[in-house]
Amino acid sequence: MILEVKNLVLRFYTFDGVIHALNGVSFDLEAGETLAIVGESGSGKTVAMMSLLNLLPVPPAKIEQGEAIFYDDKGQVDLLRTTKQERCRIRGGRIGYIFQDALSALNPVMTVGRQISESLTEHLGMTYAEAYKRTIELLKHVGIPGAKQRYKNYPHQFSGGMRQRVMIAIAIACNPKIVIADEPTTALDVTVQAQIVDLTRQLQKELSIAVIWITHDLGVVAGIADRVLVMYAGSPVEISPVDDLYENPRHPYTKGLLAALPRMDQSVRKLVSIEGAPPDLLEPPRHCQFAWRCSLVSERCWQEIPLPVETGPRHFVSCFADP
Amino acid sequence: MQRYILSRVIQSILILFGVLFIIFFMLQLTGDPVSLMVSRNATPEQIEALREEMGFNRPMVIQFADFITGAVVGDFGMSLRHRQPAMKLILERLPATVELAAVALLLSLAIGIPLGLLGGSNPKSVWDTLARGAGLMGQTIPNFWLALILIVVFSVNLGWFPTFGRETYEFMGLNLPTRSVILPSFALGLFTTGQIVRFTRSAVLEIKNEDYVRTAYSKGLSENHIYIRHILRNASIPLISIVGVQFGYLLSGSIYIETIFSWPGLGNLLAESIGNRDFALIQAIAFFTSLVVVALNLLTDIAYGLADPRIRYGD
Ligand SMILES: Nc1ncnc2c1ncn2[C@@H]1O[C@H](COP(=O)(O)OP(=O)(O)O)[C@@H](O)[C@H]1O
Ligand SMILES: [Mg+2]
Repeated sequence: MILEVKNLVLRFYTFDGVIHALNGVSFDLEAGETLAIVGESGSGKTVAMMSLLNLLPVPPAKIEQGEAIFYDDKGQVDLLRTTKQERCRIRGGRIGYIFQDALSALNPVMTVGRQISESLTEHLGMTYAEAYKRTIELLKHVGIPGAKQRYKNYPHQFSGGMRQRVMIAIAIACNPKIVIADEPTTALDVTVQAQIVDLTRQLQKELSIAVIWITHDLGVVAGIADRVLVMYAGSPVEISPVDDLYENPRHPYTKGLLAALPRMDQSVRKLVSIEGAPPDLLEPPRHCQFAWRCSLVSERCWQEIPLPVETGPRHFVSCFADP
Repeated sequence: MQRYILSRVIQSILILFGVLFIIFFMLQLTGDPVSLMVSRNATPEQIEALREEMGFNRPMVIQFADFITGAVVGDFGMSLRHRQPAMKLILERLPATVELAAVALLLSLAIGIPLGLLGGSNPKSVWDTLARGAGLMGQTIPNFWLALILIVVFSVNLGWFPTFGRETYEFMGLNLPTRSVILPSFALGLFTTGQIVRFTRSAVLEIKNEDYVRTAYSKGLSENHIYIRHILRNASIPLISIVGVQFGYLLSGSIYIETIFSWPGLGNLLAESIGNRDFALIQAIAFFTSLVVVALNLLTDIAYGLADPRIRYGD
């Protein structure tokens, strides 16, 4: 095990009220595996990942509870309680981050090469020449042709797919143990999406990195993930090995997501969607957050928050209806 | 980018012709320029003779054409008072004003950028209070008032600086500034300092929420590195246009500051020439000042384009 997140509770204290963004998120990550985090937009995927690297603005964000133990060669660290030095060492060095929108996530007035090499010089203490050499290798490695010329280019001179490759190069530059990819393909068109997925998988194998792949699309998960964590309104509702999840989904929300996928074997594409909308995060959760939209809802669902129950090997579900 | 530069150059030239037009006709609007130039008890013959000498009895169009052809080569005629070409007088006074303006700009940048950066990076801290106070005071305190206070405190009471005048230090044929420039340039740069502090502070506050700054944090870079290489670098591009405009303002020569400190620059010359009704000189200074401002605006726009890769590599 390389990462173990336990009962992470995070709130935003805003003018409009307290946003209950994460209500007890727990999951673990094995070295080298890919964990997909799935959930509709606003379910807290990004917030959960950014809180691990302390990237959220404080205030409004406040971590109320929980721990996130990162097992390093140098012993274990709680990512939620790091010192400044530890944080700098882990960010980029141990955990790389690929952001959703590469255009806004890259500095518009700094060359792409410099944006990759600066972490090598600042972080690993390489000389400028060493960092340059390594950056050219990285650019080639992520499949950017003409690396030497491209080093001197600026982000706006790249296509969307190429920019996302640059983000990947930045994330893997310092040989991290974990890479968090936050919807890296959402802004791209389908063929480019597939290329980025392939590239990530290939790099992951070569460099034996554990990947947390965030997406709101269960469709792409099958090809990438070893395990899947399904999030709903700031709570994890189901976590399972990927095959088991597709064959045997237990949570009504997961079933709904799978039913909503367009299927190859249906001649007429019938898009099923789950009725209703996610709950207002300004209300503190007092019962199952899916109760409003659930077809299997019972009395108990309105009274208690369901805890995860193991229903199969490494398959946990938080639901009273399907124990 | 080249097309952009070309169109800006043409635009600037047109503006300068407009300025010449205004300068020429402003003099005509004052009525009979000759009557303003002669002493009150001049005889009609003397007036006529001067009119003849100045060429004011020729048709207006000819006079304008004459004025323009002279202006294009920097010839604005003779200063009545000094009996020397007006442009020559300007060029003699120019080094003093350039020195004053350059030091004023450097002081403003040296104070304004660090203070704005410190304030913007620690909102609500002591530094931020200081930065906001400096920005407000810089833009509201009249510079001539500050000049007088500075003279009383630092020259008269403490004796650190001379009370007036320009002293230079000659080194390898160059006249280098001495401490005599400090007080006048600080007073002159007051408003500019305020602007730079305020601008830097608000730019830092805005830029530090950008996604690419979060990316920089996610790379594990140190805070100093992020503030200087990412935030300040992005803030410096819009800062260029402020610096350009402000430098034009500083270079136009301040009548107040140069008079208070008896600084032998353009502002002083302008004050003098207005007092003397030295029209050729006034026209020459007005045109020269416009030329400096227009040229600096042009250079600023080009520098802005060169500094921002999105414009530099645009079509
Ligand atoms: N800086 C912030 N201030 C206040 N609320 C925030 C902030 N960032 C995220 N949130 C809230 O946290 C919730 C989860 O957001 P997010 O993690 O971005 O969702 P996802 O990535 O799953 O689409 C949303 O309701 C969002 O409004
Ligand atoms: Mg998100």
